[in-house]
Formats: sequence, structure tokens, C-alpha cells
Amino acid sequence: MADLLLIDRRLIARGVTRSSTLRFMFWLVPWVALVALGVYAAALCLYYGLNQTHMDNRFAFGMWIYLDLGMIAMGAGAFFTGFLVYILKQEDLKPILNSAVVVGLICYSGAVAVLMVDVGQPLRAWFTFWHPNTHSMLTEVTFCITCYLFVLILEYLPVLLRNRQMRKVPSFLVFEYQLHKMVPVLAGLGAFLSFFHQGSLGGLYGVLRGRPFAFRQGFAIWPSTFFLFILSALAVGPSFLMLVTATAETLAGRRLALPSVFRKLGFISGVLLGIYVAAKAIDTLIWLNVTSRAVGFSPWDFYSYKPFGSALLFLEIVPLGLLPAILLTLPMTNKKRGWVLCGAALACSGVLLNRFILTVQTLALPTLPFDDFLQYIPSWQEVATFTGVIAYGVILYSLSYRYLPLFGQAKGVDKNVSVG
Amino acid sequence: MNVRYGFVIDLDRCTGCGACMVACAAENNVPPAAPRATPRTGLTPMLVRKVSNGMEGAARREAFFPIACMHCGNETPCVAVCPQQAVEVDKATGIVVQMPQRCLGCRYCMTACPYHARYFNWWDPAWPAGMEKSLNPGVAVRMRGVVEKCNMCPARLHSAKEKAAAAGKKEIDPADYIPACAKACPTGAITFGNLADKNDSVFTAAHSSSAFRLLARLGTEPKVYYKSQEPWVRALAERDSDHATEAQHG
Repeated sequence: MADLLLIDRRLIARGVTRSSTLRFMFWLVPWVALVALGVYAAALCLYYGLNQTHMDNRFAFGMWIYLDLGMIAMGAGAFFTGFLVYILKQEDLKPILNSAVVVGLICYSGAVAVLMVDVGQPLRAWFTFWHPNTHSMLTEVTFCITCYLFVLILEYLPVLLRNRQMRKVPSFLVFEYQLHKMVPVLAGLGAFLSFFHQGSLGGLYGVLRGRPFAFRQGFAIWPSTFFLFILSALAVGPSFLMLVTATAETLAGRRLALPSVFRKLGFISGVLLGIYVAAKAIDTLIWLNVTSRAVGFSPWDFYSYKPFGSALLFLEIVPLGLLPAILLTLPMTNKKRGWVLCGAALACSGVLLNRFILTVQTLALPTLPFDDFLQYIPSWQEVATFTGVIAYGVILYSLSYRYLPLFGQAKGVDKNVSVG
Repeated sequence: MNVRYGFVIDLDRCTGCGACMVACAAENNVPPAAPRATPRTGLTPMLVRKVSNGMEGAARREAFFPIACMHCGNETPCVAVCPQQAVEVDKATGIVVQMPQRCLGCRYCMTACPYHARYFNWWDPAWPAGMEKSLNPGVAVRMRGVVEKCNMCPARLHSAKEKAAAAGKKEIDPADYIPACAKACPTGAITFGNLADKNDSVFTAAHSSSAFRLLARLGTEPKVYYKSQEPWVRALAERDSDHATEAQHG
């Protein structure tokens, strides 16, 4: 125990105040337990097969795909903040860049880990790289997410190497310096890759001609959902980053980012969300009046199946789309932290609802004339794996916050936490 | 000769006996259902679905829809989405071929298929002791974690090709290649042939006034045609009936 305390103290940067080792360990215990349960559930799925889930031939995608789409949208703050700082030179956002990278790494690595459990033959994952079908949106997703995960690891390494003990190794210092020089390039590469895989995730369902509820017309080879997913991810990434920062501030009991950072992220998020909501509304109108009818379906029939009524569509576009866009953009509300965070939470909920509708509602709806509306309730193994990934994220973020310079030095921010 | 294999299924002749399902399973080494399998997790490359007009008593009418892969000929939904080319359309025959040995088990193709004609192997294949001796040596058993579907009995096609080659012929004799379901159907409801051959009986049947295809409006050009003289069946297939109910065999 004494050794553990000593190791913990030695890993924390000098002059930085952190909670006691014991308190930190107590904080980690429930999350570690959830990860352990998640690993056990995932192991069951890998050993016995996907019969451990409640997915079936009709509901072939389930909770895990929803988790993937949701997490990757939330993780968009990583590439977008990098893009804003290094490409658009928004230097005032630099203090939260490391935090954004960690959030991105958590979201993407968690999503990839779940995908590896979700496929029937994980050992054949390399087949996609060896026999790629260039027409498949999933190929685009696989390539871009894998590449971007490597980019995120490369972006995370300089943060990791700035740990107090890591800095004692001279070669690590040189490596970190070299990596640091690459960061702007990585930011650009990350933005490029993310642009495509966020879009491809939208395209994943938009190209499904056999699912008229999800099928969309588009531009060239990309359905409209391709562009909507990019826009919504860009909009919600900064919002999620604000929520994570605010949660960390509450738990740490101190300010970690300047109010101006919140205002700026809120404004960017709000403007993009406004554009997204407008595009989404237009897309929905086109789908209602043209796309769906062109293949002989009455679009409102899709909303006749409860609990997925048209109220869900309204909820997604107005209270969880337009409203947060206004809250985040209007100067009156943008200046107030409470309203900004409220707007950010609504925006994140709206995009998560959008991913739910696209993944779950699409599969629940009948396609054949004599099909029924389907129900799907995930098994405990699916839920445990899901929560395990969330818990893994909490642990990685907690460890990174404790031992690494997540929030850069900025005037007006508690100097005790500024180790960057 | 241009070949586009397909089925024409006369629903008015189908009694729902399920012989086609059994024949399909025996021919293609489909294992018996696992103890925990449900109608939604079983393996039924050919599935007979019961539908009704929704009425009760003397007014009630029922029909059976044998559903297998429709071997879509245009914008084949499953082919475009598979990330590793485990599905392809055989240019020579029009058969949509699933290659389980290349399948990752991502199930994107199942999501894409509007006919729900694709099946995932949720369990390891297992046969009761002794029953493995009845396996068809010409068909590979699929492992757990991959997708399978109707491939139009490829072992029978290979056999017909071998026979033709042995006789020095370039083309197979149509009588030598009939998928198990069509062969087993006791009422002759399922007919199989070359939809591109005007002299073939399936061509005539597919172009008859009572023929239709499920979800033809999607534009995927399915190569399975159905026939019925019953207006309510045709109305149901055209999605005009809101009163259809459905049950499943197997």
C-alpha cells in the first residue's frame, strides 16, 4: 500500500494539487468493477458467440452499433478542436486540446473494441483490408477509423510523455519533441480522416435501398446522411467536450477552462447545430415528399408504429436541435455558463437520438408487406459491454487528468491544475 | 446463352407443407436448430411464411409465401455493402453468391436485405450423433459467426457442369440443375429455370398476368417471382392490405 501511495505521488506533476491516493482509488473502484463485468461479458460473447446477445436475423445490429455511432459522434471534438487550433489558428482553444485528444481516444478506442466483439469472426478483421469492397461504406469506415485511431494514439503520446516520470527519460523527451512538431500535420490528417468516417457512418444507413426509412438520395456516391453526420458530429463534438470539461470541473472542484473557451465552443457548436438542423429539416422534407414516395411507400406509415411516432422526429429537430442551437448562439444565453451547458446537453441528446433512430428504429420497422414491427431488448451481456466501455472511458480520463497535463495554462484558471 | 436463373412460385399451389425447407436444409447441410434458437435466430435459407387476409370465420383466407434470397439483379443491396467482397453476383448465371469463408460476420448485408433472407450462424453447427453421416459431401459446413443464405444449391450446379463437361458439352442440361426446394415441392408450386430464355417455362410464368415480385418498387430486380389468382394475395404483396397477419414455419 505504501508503495502504491509513493508511485501515485511520484506520477503527479510537481506543484499540482490532486485528491488523496485513497480517495482516488475509491473513485476508481466502481468503474473498475464495471470494466471487469464488461470484459467478462465480452469474453462470453467471444467464446460462446453472439448467441449471448439478443440480436437476431431481423435485428442484426443492436445496442453496440448504436454505441459506436454515438461515441464516434461525441468524439468528434478531438479532430475538430485540433482543426480549429492548428489549421484555423484559434489559439485560445489550445488549453483544452489535450483533453479533447483524450476524449477522442476514449471514444474511438471504445468503439473499435466494441466492434471487435460485435463481429462474428473477429480474427477475420484483416479481410476488410485484404479484400476491400470499395463500394461499401463500411470499408470506408473501417479504413478511416483504424487510421484515425493511430493518429489519436500519436496525438496522445506527446501528452503521455509529458508525465513527470516520463520526462526523466532523455530519449522520451526527444521523441516527444519530434512528435510535437508533427502535431499540426496529425491535426490536418485527423480532420481529413474524420471527415470521411463520420460521413461514412451516416452513409452506412443512407445507402440502404432496402430500408426505405433510412434510404436517402444524395450527391455523387454519398447519400444525404453522409453530410448530415459530418455536420452533426462537428456541431456536437465541442458540446460534448464542454460537458466533459464541466463534469471534470465539478468533480475536481475547480475551474479548468476559461469562460471564454466555453463561450467560443458554445458559439461554434450552436452555429453548426443551426446549420445542421436546417439541413436535417430540408432533408426530412425531401424524404417525406420525394425519396420515400418514389419507391412506393407512404412515409407517415413509418411513424405509425409506437413508441416511434412522429413526436420523436419533432423532438429530434426542435427541442433537441433548434432550441440548443439558439441557446448556444444567442449572446444573452451564450454568456451564461448554465445555459451553455444546458444547450450542450440538449445538443448531445439530439444527436444521440438521431443515431438511435437511424440504427434501432430503422431495423424495427417492417419492410415486407406481411412483416411485423419488431422489438429488441439487449441482453445483459450487451448492456455490460456497453457500460464497460463507458467505465473504461471514465478511468482513462481520470488517470489522464491525474497524471497528465490535460488542461493547458491559461490566465484566470486555477494555477494548481496548470501543468502544461 | 444468356442465363439468369430464377424461381417462379405459384402461391395458389403452395400448401405450406415445408418440404422445400427440409430439402434445402438437407441439401445445404443446414444444422438442426440449436436448443436456444428462436424463429428469429434459426437458419432457414428457405422459409415458408403464412399470411392471411385478416378476416375471421368463413371469410378468412390464408396463403403461404416461400421466402428465400431473391437474387436481386440490380443494385443488389447486399453486394454493395459487404466490406470484404464476401458477396458477389455471378455474371454467368445471375446467382447472388454468398461466400461464408470470406465473411467477417458484420451482418451489414442482413441489415441491407429488405427480404430478411440472410441468416447468421449464431451457434456452432452441430448434428445429433450419427446424423453427420447424412451430410452432403459437396457442400461445406458453415462455421459460427458467418452469414449464409440461398445460393441456389451450388453443389447441384457444379454437378450439372461436371456432367456436361464429361459429355463434351459447353452448356448444362436444364434438367440436371434443379435446386432442392423446387425438386422437393410436392405440388409443383416452385419452378426453377432461366428467366432470360423465352423458351423456358419460368420465363412464360414470370411474364404472366398473375405474376408479381415482392418489393419490386425498390428497383432491385428480384429474380424470384410469385404467382396468384387471389386478389387479396396480390393486394397484400403490393402493400395494399393493412390487415395482413403473419406467422412462420420452423
